[in-house]
Parts: sequence; structure tokens; C-alpha cells
Amino acid sequence: MSGDDATPAVGERRWVNLALGILAWSTALIFFFPVLWMVLNSFKTEEEANASPNLNFEPTLDRYREVTESAGGLLSFGEAFMNSAVVVLVSTLIVLALAIPAAYALAVKPVVKWRDVLFFFISTKFLPVVASILPIWILARDLELLNTRLVLIVLYTAINLPLAVWMLRSFFAEIPRELIEAAEIDGARLRGQLTSVILPLAAPGIAATALLCVIFAWNEFFYAVQLNPVDGSTVPVWVTTNISTRGEFLAQLSAASVLACIPVVLAGWIAQKRMIRGLAMGAIK
Amino acid sequence: MTAVRYVEATRTYPGGETPAVDSLSLDIADGELLVLVGPSGSGKSTALRMLAGLEPLDAGAIHIGDRDVTSVRPRDRDIAMVFQNYALYPQLSVAENMGFALKQHGVPKDERTARVRETARILDLEPFLDRKPKQLSGGQRQRVAMGRAIVRQPAVYLMDEPLSNLDAKLRVQTRTEVVELQARLGVTTVYVTHDQVEAMTMGHRVAVLKDGILQQCDAPSTLYHQPVNLFVAGFIGSPAMNLVEIGEAHPARIGETEIVLDRAAADGAGRLTVGFRPEALHLGDGPLPARIRAVEDLGSEMFVHVAVEHQGDTVQLIAKTSPPFGGSAGDRVGLQIAGTMHLFGEDGSRVASGPASLSSAGAVSRS
Repeated sequence: MSGDDATPAVGERRWVNLALGILAWSTALIFFFPVLWMVLNSFKTEEEANASPNLNFEPTLDRYREVTESAGGLLSFGEAFMNSAVVVLVSTLIVLALAIPAAYALAVKPVVKWRDVLFFFISTKFLPVVASILPIWILARDLELLNTRLVLIVLYTAINLPLAVWMLRSFFAEIPRELIEAAEIDGARLRGQLTSVILPLAAPGIAATALLCVIFAWNEFFYAVQLNPVDGSTVPVWVTTNISTRGEFLAQLSAASVLACIPVVLAGWIAQKRMIRGLAMGAIK
Repeated sequence: MTAVRYVEATRTYPGGETPAVDSLSLDIADGELLVLVGPSGSGKSTALRMLAGLEPLDAGAIHIGDRDVTSVRPRDRDIAMVFQNYALYPQLSVAENMGFALKQHGVPKDERTARVRETARILDLEPFLDRKPKQLSGGQRQRVAMGRAIVRQPAVYLMDEPLSNLDAKLRVQTRTEVVELQARLGVTTVYVTHDQVEAMTMGHRVAVLKDGILQQCDAPSTLYHQPVNLFVAGFIGSPAMNLVEIGEAHPARIGETEIVLDRAAADGAGRLTVGFRPEALHLGDGPLPARIRAVEDLGSEMFVHVAVEHQGDTVQLIAKTSPPFGGSAGDRVGLQIAGTMHLFGEDGSRVASGPASLSSAGAVSRS
């Protein structure tokens, strides 16, 4: 992987490594720059943010105060945040409650055509989201679910479920079969097998799956803006609707965007180790 | 008192053409250590898993004690199993691993702790009770797996190649320990292995399986001295029995050398194969000319591989002899047979056995 174990054509190797290093860093910085610029802008005044690029400014939290205190749009930051939290957490819990048994069944006691079942799950993600919006919107309207949290909970559960079943199935499949058999012979009923053997071993995988569901649900924008633009809407919708696009708004938009990013970045950072272990665990087979 | 009985037990895997285990009938006595042995694919593990309840039966029945357990769940069969890879619960400590089954069966905590401690004492596992499986060596893990089975005091132990993940030296040592432990506990045990040395040294009786069919179930010495067919003859014993196809010719010959034996019982059995153990083959100035291919000196004994011309082919034979032996590869020797010779009929079954030798007269007249 590194030049360490390569045959010592050292001079060239070092140059190649150095060049690759520079290339990687510059690529990363190019990609990271807009994010950095957004963060910097969020601490500026509107005038500074719109002026030519300038690193020499006096940081201020005023923009954050403005976007969180004013409810210029249809809902306040607090409302949007609560909506997002409820929608994301409830949908993720439902996903796990449905996906864990489904994935366990597919991995440990598969039905004859389990490959077809898996394909069916993933095929539900083939349809472009935009193609499904009209029937969904009509259904939601007739069921009087427009502008409710419930419609988003249902949809986010449906969106994340196939992915969760796929991920969890591969985690469960990696639990050595003998462990389950040993537990069975040792007298554990299905519940005992699940709680004492299977779930503890699959915990990193479940955590990784849950985290991905949380992130996808938190970031979802299209359904939220179409089905739920007003009352029960989520943080991404708040970011776009709360900011008045008349006059200068770049700094405020930046501040709102940063607020929308923070929970995901935090969750990702906290769960980083587990998640990588979980994802790597799934990648072995 | 727990005997185990397989009654015409049959298992065909879904999608499989032939049964993995075909009409297996086997009576295992209370307290017996029975070894199931066979090459891979012989159905020995399947047979064990059927007894464990991990594989359903397609036909037949299995009894544990007085109970027909054919459709009883594994957890209700009162058995304990030691797996080849040990199947220790990685997130639980040694003590928790050993106490897991007791906990599942609702044994009170005090009694659980006491029984785990007692078992750990027997197996020298006391210092490791708080460790996790991955902090243990292979041999220690193996003992924990044994301990997990023992602590339950089940009616039957099932062991699926429990020693095959140990290195050679530890395997031999653990083999003896398992035999001692089983004798002391007196619990009926079914032990699966592919290693015929393990089977011969451990089993009170050994059941030899091939292609899902039971070939012979007997005491080790009976298997060795009176194999029922060619497969058992070739499978049991290390090095393997010398087998030479001699056809239907009268008198029977190896190469040009006549075999002196009573073959009346073999009449009508078609083309015959003779079999004799390496220790019955003697090297020196016997009547059958041979060339030494290799000499393996194990210190206490020597295996000499020789090549003999027989019916236009070169046949390989092995002789077992005691040191010292002066010959080396390439040397010419004369072979003699002194011991039991088995005759196998065309269908592979043994039709006759008896003392045999090679006729000196025949060889002299031709040399």
C-alpha cells in the first residue's frame, strides 16, 4: 500500500509519494473549500460576505441569532429542529424494528428465493423519487397527511428500509452459524438467541445502519418540500424558506446551512469508529 | 442411563440427489464413547447434527434414552455439543460462556457459579474465568468449549472434530484428557472425526461411514483385524493395508509368486483382492522380488515402501519393520508374507481371512 514494502527504487518512489500526497491534499482542499467558505461567511456581516473574498474580518454570531430568532419564513428554527428530530428518530426506530427481524430471517433462516426477495427490496429504490411524487402527493392529500410529520415518518421509513435490510443482512450473515446453533443447543429460545448472542455481535453493524438512516432522513429535502412545506417541516426546508432572498442574504443562508449540518457532522464524528468498523465488517464478505 | 439409538435415520439435503446420511441404524450404549469416522462427505457430521437436532430427519427416528427425539427441538434434547471452531460467545467471559446454558435453563445464580467453578477446577480454567475467549490460547479455548458442555451435565455429549484446530502435540495430549474425562463422567458421547488414529485411540467402538452409509461399527481392534470390506480395510490403519488385485487366477499370485492360502471360502466371489497389513510383510530374502522406493525411519519403527511387478503393472506396498534395517532406496529385496491375509470379493466385501505366505518353491523354480 505505501512505499515501505516496495523494492528500493527509492528516489523515484519518494517523488511519486510526495506528488500523490500533494495531489490528494489539494483535491481535498478544493472540495472542502466551499464548506469552509460557508462557515466563514456565517460569521460575517452581509456586507462582508458579499464583498470580495476577505479573511480579515471580525467574527460575529449575529447571523445565527437572526436566523434562529426570526421566523421570517413559515416556521421557526426551533420548530423545524423538533420536527426533524422527531421525524428522523421515529422513522429510524421503525426502520430498525422492521429491518432487524427481516434481515435476521434472510441471513439465518433464508427462504428459498431469498435472492429475489433482496432484489425486490433494493428494486424499490430504482424509481426516480421525482417520478413517484404525484401519486404520493395525491395519496397524502386524500389521507389528509399533507403538512404532517407522519407523512415524512412513513416516507423516510420506506426510503431507508431496503438499505437497512441489505446492510443488516450482511452483518447477520457474518455471525458464525455455530454460535447460533450453540445457543440453540444451550437452551436459548429465539429471544435469548437474539438478545444474548446475535444482537451484541451485530451491534456495530446495527449502529452503522442506524447512523446512515439518521443521516439520510435528516438530509432529505425533496419529499419534505413537496409534501410538507408548512407546518411540520424539517430543517432542510427551513433553511430554504426562512431566508428572505430579497437584498443580501448570503451570510444568513450560510449560518442556516451550518446549523443544518451540525447534527449530522456531530453524529458522524461520534460514531466514526463504530461506523467504519461496521461498514468494513460488511465489506469482508 | 442414556443410550442413543439411530433407527434407519435418513437425511437428504435440499437439492441433493443422494442422502447425506442413508438409513443409519446404530445403537450406542449408556456411557459409551462412540466415534463416527469417515472421509469428508461421508455424512459423519450430518449424522451428529441429526442427533443434535440441527438437521431434520427425512426418514427414520432417533432415540435418546427412552425418548423418541426425532422431532424434539435441540434445546429440549438434553445434549451438549462441542464444535470444531468451539463457537464460544465472543462477547461473554469464560465464566459466562460456561454458565450460559445453565442460565437459559433457569438454574439459580449460586448453583450456577458453584458448578462453573467446579468445572473450571477440573479443566484448570480457574485463572481464566474472567477473560474473554479472544484472550485465550487455542488449547484454552478448546477446554472452555469442553467445559461449557460438561457443566451442563447433559445426557449425551456430542463432539464435532473438537481437536482438529489444535497443533499436533496438543492434540495428542488433549485426546488422552478427553478419554479420561469421558471415562470419569461416564456420559454417553458421540465423537466425530476424520482422523482414523483419533478414532482408533479414543473410541470404545468406531463407526465407519462412507457416502452416508454405515460400513462397520465395531471395537477398534475388530475394525483393524476384521474389516468387513475394502473401504474399511483401506481406511483404518496407518500406514494403510496393502491391497493387491489378484483376479480369479488359480493359484493366486502376486507377480510370479504363488500365495499359499486357503481360498475355498472365496470361490464364486469373482475377481479377488488380497489385503495384508504392513507388519505382515517381511523384507529380506523372501520369494517375491521387489525394489525399495523409500525408507521412513520413525525411530521406534520403520516404514519401507517397495515396488513389485504384478500383472504388468508396478504395485506399491508398504512394510513395517523394526530398526535396524540396512536397506536403502534402490536396493533389491525379497518379500515374504507372514500373517493374516484378507480376501475381498468383487463387490468389495471380505470373503475370507486366514494365515498366508508366499511360496518359496514357486519363486525358486522361476529364478
